[in-house]
Amino acid sequence: MALAYRLARAAVARLAPVLVALSLIVFSIVHMIPGDPAVIAAGLEASPATVERIRRDLGLDQPLAWQYARFVTRALAGDFGVSVRTGAPVGREILDRLPHTVVLAAGGVLLAVVVGFVAGVASALSSHVLVDRLLTAVSLVAASTPSYWLALMLMLVFSVGLGWLPAIGVGSPRHYVLPCLALGLQSAGAVARMTRASVRDVLTQDFLRAARAKGVGPRRVLVVHGLRNALLPVLNLVGLRVGGLLAGTVLVESVFAVPGVGRMMADAVVARDFPMVQGGVLVVAAMVVVVNGCTDVVAAALDPRVRA
Amino acid sequence: MTRMWARLRRDALSLCALAVLCAAATAALAGPWLVAHDPIAVDLEANYAPSSPRHWLGTDHLGRDTLSRLVSGARVSLGIALASTGTGLVVGGAIGLVAAWRRGRAERLLLQLIDILLALPELLLAISAITILGRGTISTVVAVAVYAVPSFARIVRAAAQPIVRGEFVASARAAGASDTRVLLVHVLPGCWSPVLAHTTVMLGSAILLASGLSFLGLGVQPPDAEWGAMLSRGRELLRTAPLGAIAPGLAITLTVLSFSVLGDGLRDAAADLRRRR
Repeated sequence: MALAYRLARAAVARLAPVLVALSLIVFSIVHMIPGDPAVIAAGLEASPATVERIRRDLGLDQPLAWQYARFVTRALAGDFGVSVRTGAPVGREILDRLPHTVVLAAGGVLLAVVVGFVAGVASALSSHVLVDRLLTAVSLVAASTPSYWLALMLMLVFSVGLGWLPAIGVGSPRHYVLPCLALGLQSAGAVARMTRASVRDVLTQDFLRAARAKGVGPRRVLVVHGLRNALLPVLNLVGLRVGGLLAGTVLVESVFAVPGVGRMMADAVVARDFPMVQGGVLVVAAMVVVVNGCTDVVAAALDPRVRA
Repeated sequence: MTRMWARLRRDALSLCALAVLCAAATAALAGPWLVAHDPIAVDLEANYAPSSPRHWLGTDHLGRDTLSRLVSGARVSLGIALASTGTGLVVGGAIGLVAAWRRGRAERLLLQLIDILLALPELLLAISAITILGRGTISTVVAVAVYAVPSFARIVRAAAQPIVRGEFVASARAAGASDTRVLLVHVLPGCWSPVLAHTTVMLGSAILLASGLSFLGLGVQPPDAEWGAMLSRGRELLRTAPLGAIAPGLAITLTVLSFSVLGDGLRDAAADLRRRR
């Protein structure tokens, strides 16, 4: 318990400055937009009286520090203001759309982990140099492929060509297959490469030789002693990847017309609806930061060197 | 430099990557003289045309020739990558050098800020930057540079840190050289090999990020051709002229892959040279 507390405290100490900086960046968007934010929010045809009212409503006539304090306290309560285009509360909009984005990202991560881990372990059993080359090549190509283009190509093959899966929308679980593939395949190559390297590294360690020497069977050596210890670097990599995957939903959601937070942000930038952008960036980036923090804690808790 | 080239010349993969990049650079430089059609000429009667002898890669939703747009897009995509990576190199490099040289409270704070920026997803930072600056090519360069600066700061600082402690730096200072002179003449040249490798990889990442922004309609604006922007209506192309959706993505992938491969090759060559020394 003491360990969990120590790790959690360390994680919070590391996360806090990142979250504060994030809130400052997002807060300052309004004030760095050229022109008067009250005029942008009111629309160009609005009367001076309306502009003044909106300025008061948005709190833009108050001191900056007070505005920031209000921004943070409201954001913590899930209130990100109202859309300057539709007048709808941004928090509500994000809440409605978040499930799509989370399902996409979670599906992508799951796919990357399962495919990558299985391929990595399977390939680790062979020490052939060609296996290394192949995995390196696959993960390099995957990292160089734009996710939205991969999405289009998957759509071309599986929706247009073979007609197996629906191309756009979110009606059924089948609708999520291609978007999750487009998101997850990119990371699967990297996970496979890391898993192979990590498993091969662990297999040469002294404690595995000791386990074999005391008569543990080869399969048990691999599964119980080998994989558990090989998991750590893989877990760290996955934690780092989650951020990219969550942010990557912006692109993939656009291809598949998924009504998630990412698509909302992209549309909001075009419409210059800055409260929407602020809310979306704040929520998604905070999720990324917190997930990274959690993986750090879990990885540290699993690491016998940290536990000792 | 010459030894590095001699080492790199034996690396077939890096040479292939270099060849691809040379082809892309040729398209970027000589594009207007290479293409048969005006890349922004609209011909609504011939939209979504499939591949034909007249339009090798077909046409897009406005009947513009895909091959011509692909070639002229090379200039935009590579230009944005060069400009944003160059900005990242200069600004980030300066931050990294100063942070390695003077280890005061201000520098520590700056490094902490850099770490924070690196912890946030680049696409979201870019979206924030574009919300502030408005859409367009220049905004795209700035948004991508925001992503490039912190990584260069880290790389340069890590490379410069052992060098600033070297005896030749101490003797240069003793001889009366100014801080600026020490950093630029004595420290900077020692950092070039990791910086070169990182610059190469960053050029690829910059293309990926910038083309993603353009794909979303937040980067390069019509009618300018850009590889990512060409895909923004890719879904409509899939049924009628799939080559128009395949080609721009292939161009991005090949170019980014080549930058990564070349970057890895440069890093390996540098490590090899260090070992032999």
